[in-house]
Amino acid sequence: MRHIISVLMENEPGALSRVVGLFSQRNFNIESLTVAPTEDETLSRLTVTTIGDDRVVEQITKQLNKLIDVVKVVDLTEGDHLERELMMIKMKANNGTVRAEIKRTADIFRGTIIDVTPNTFTVQLVGSSSKLDAFIEALGTSNIMEVVRSGVSGIARGEKILAL
Amino acid sequence: MELLSGAEMVVRALRDEGVKYIYGYPGGALLHVYDAIFTQDDVEHILVRHEQAATHMADAYARATGKAGVALVTSGPGATNAVTGIATAYMDSIPMVVITGQVMSHLIGEDAFQETDMIGISRPVVKHSFSVQSPEEIPSIIKKAFHIAESGRPGPVVVDIPKDMTTPTERYEYEYPKSVKMRSYNPILKGHTGQIKKAVDMLLAAKRPVIYTGGGVIMGEASEQLTELAQELGYPVTNTLMGLGGYPGTDKQFIGMLGMHGSYEANMAMHHSDLILAVGARFDDRVTNGTDKFCPTAKIVHVDIDPASISKTIKADVPIVGPAQAVLKEMLEQVQSSKKEPCADSLKAWWEQIDEWRARHGGRYKTDDTELMKPQHVIEMLSKVTNGDAYVCSDVGQHQMFAAQYYKFNKPNRWINSGGLGTMGFGLPAAMGVKLNFPEEEVVCVTGEGSIQMNIQELSTISQYDIPVKVICLNNQSLGMVRQWQDMNYESRHSQSYMKSLPDFMALVESYGHVGIKVERYEDLEGAMREAFAMKDRMVFMDIAVDPFEHVYPMQVPRGSMRDMWLSKTERT
Ligand SMILES: Cc1ncc(C[n+]2csc(CCOP(=O)(O)OP(=O)(O)O)c2C)c(N)n1
Ligand SMILES: [Mg+2]
Repeated sequence: MRHIISVLMENEPGALSRVVGLFSQRNFNIESLTVAPTEDETLSRLTVTTIGDDRVVEQITKQLNKLIDVVKVVDLTEGDHLERELMMIKMKANNGTVRAEIKRTADIFRGTIIDVTPNTFTVQLVGSSSKLDAFIEALGTSNIMEVVRSGVSGIARGEKILAL
Repeated sequence: MELLSGAEMVVRALRDEGVKYIYGYPGGALLHVYDAIFTQDDVEHILVRHEQAATHMADAYARATGKAGVALVTSGPGATNAVTGIATAYMDSIPMVVITGQVMSHLIGEDAFQETDMIGISRPVVKHSFSVQSPEEIPSIIKKAFHIAESGRPGPVVVDIPKDMTTPTERYEYEYPKSVKMRSYNPILKGHTGQIKKAVDMLLAAKRPVIYTGGGVIMGEASEQLTELAQELGYPVTNTLMGLGGYPGTDKQFIGMLGMHGSYEANMAMHHSDLILAVGARFDDRVTNGTDKFCPTAKIVHVDIDPASISKTIKADVPIVGPAQAVLKEMLEQVQSSKKEPCADSLKAWWEQIDEWRARHGGRYKTDDTELMKPQHVIEMLSKVTNGDAYVCSDVGQHQMFAAQYYKFNKPNRWINSGGLGTMGFGLPAAMGVKLNFPEEEVVCVTGEGSIQMNIQELSTISQYDIPVKVICLNNQSLGMVRQWQDMNYESRHSQSYMKSLPDFMALVESYGHVGIKVERYEDLEGAMREAFAMKDRMVFMDIAVDPFEHVYPMQVPRGSMRDMWLSKTERT
């Protein structure tokens, strides 16, 4: 099963490499990984999506918790949560039909065209990873020049928060 | 407040931490620190002959005392030479602080002379590491390093110090912190009472219980609590390789070591048990054998300070996260105040069964297949001559297993070996680290002619500091453990497992100023050993010729259950 694990950790040099190193050292898989400072500048928040059975995911959270720099760990997929990923996708758009088609599909997915040249469109799309996958599928691969995805960020629904 | 340079702060902080010895080797990145060492006498520096030995000395001190040992090595090759020792400590959860020199901050990343990314290289084998960014941080980083190394599940901590952090002319206010507070690190101090209650109910209801304990009982200083609990219940106790001495080895409730080379009765009892109380042990592959066949009828209570050790390889029915000492103490209190008692009839039947197993095989070895001395016999003699009281520091191989099986450890912290990493070359420096700190105690290195040559250069350090350890070299003229596997799995094709061109160990040790004794016959062994131990202030190397064809038994059949064992070259369970 796919899990989204959020980690609050000290914003210290080396902290990120310890987390990443842990995954390779223990043979855990990483689907995506994002990291950035939080509103409290001494802390950063890292989100990792991984696939594994319950035993593996239990090990992942336990091993993450053991890292000295890690302050808190939560498996967001254990409860109600929101997940978002941002994608920018650059496409060949060198004739009217293609341009119209891309525009229409982007609208359906609530994407935004953020860059236009005579031969290309760049669309920005935000949503769950599966929505981004669906968008790529809907466009068909033939016109796609480049895809860049941010990796997943997640947050629990309701009152629940991940903080000190 | 006193003003000190970064270099002086390093040394002062170690003093204020109560450190008596540091083990190390100098080099460019550490010259300021070595100068600061020169100008004081509080902390004594022991100059080894290879950095690996410095880490093993520090590590063995920690194994004997529970306190973190300290190694000091320079950048680049000094640091990389220390990596094996750091990994050795990491695998066995041993507290250690390793201070590594580093090139000047402004050179980091430029492939400067003797630059290595020590934080990166050591990352998978440390509990934590620090890189000093400003000299004022040195006292607090060193304090944290000791705190992290020694608390919770212990482990090695690396402190990497760029040379410019130690500049003698730049001085800062020095104060050593009295305590540490870290929001992200709060080791657990006691177990969950409700879980302990559940465990105690199961313990008291068990018909075929086994108490299985590991290094967590030794490092967690819980052997007294373990002994009390086991004796209150009357249950059999087995120890892992790391846990030997956690329960008195000569007590009748002790059924020996378990696992790959565990005793017949311990492995049989585990397999047939209905309840396993595991304390400070981690169900590693050298214990469980095939995990899918592991102890099919047993419920498992697992006590460990590290939650990640619980249900990692074998699922626990009752997990208890907490320090062994506190949890065992609470268990004992609950057992004593419980209205229930262990079922006397079941326990009697269980002991009868165990005693039958014990009588069937228990710790026997063949003596009639050769005239040559049996290594097991040498260890039994060692146990007799030292009254089971010595610190026994072992290398890695068959001799290590024989020592674990045949030396009867009655006290914790006296069996010192590299269990997790299995580092050949560990034994001699380990013995040195212990002897230096316990000069009145008998300290022995049990080794093989292969292992001893991996850190033999330390004979020189022994001369310099007068560290009269006794070396018992079980010389089978081969990499015995490798050869045993080749005998069993590769039709005796002994690929690279001979030790050709061995040195004349007598001449070698004498050239360093030590005493060598060679023994080749049974009838000379006891006398020679007593003679060796009578030389209290000399380092003595006993080169003992043993049967080169001997194997270690029992030996579990790969991927089988706990009870699937070879008992000799021809007998199987
Ligand atoms: C540094 C290192 N290299 C290789 C090994 C693999 N190994 C394990 S036991 C062994 C043989 C040890 O020979 P010796 O010290 O003579 O002990 P014996 O088994 O003969 O008693 C070897 C090579 C190891 N454990 N450590
Ligand atoms: Mg040998």
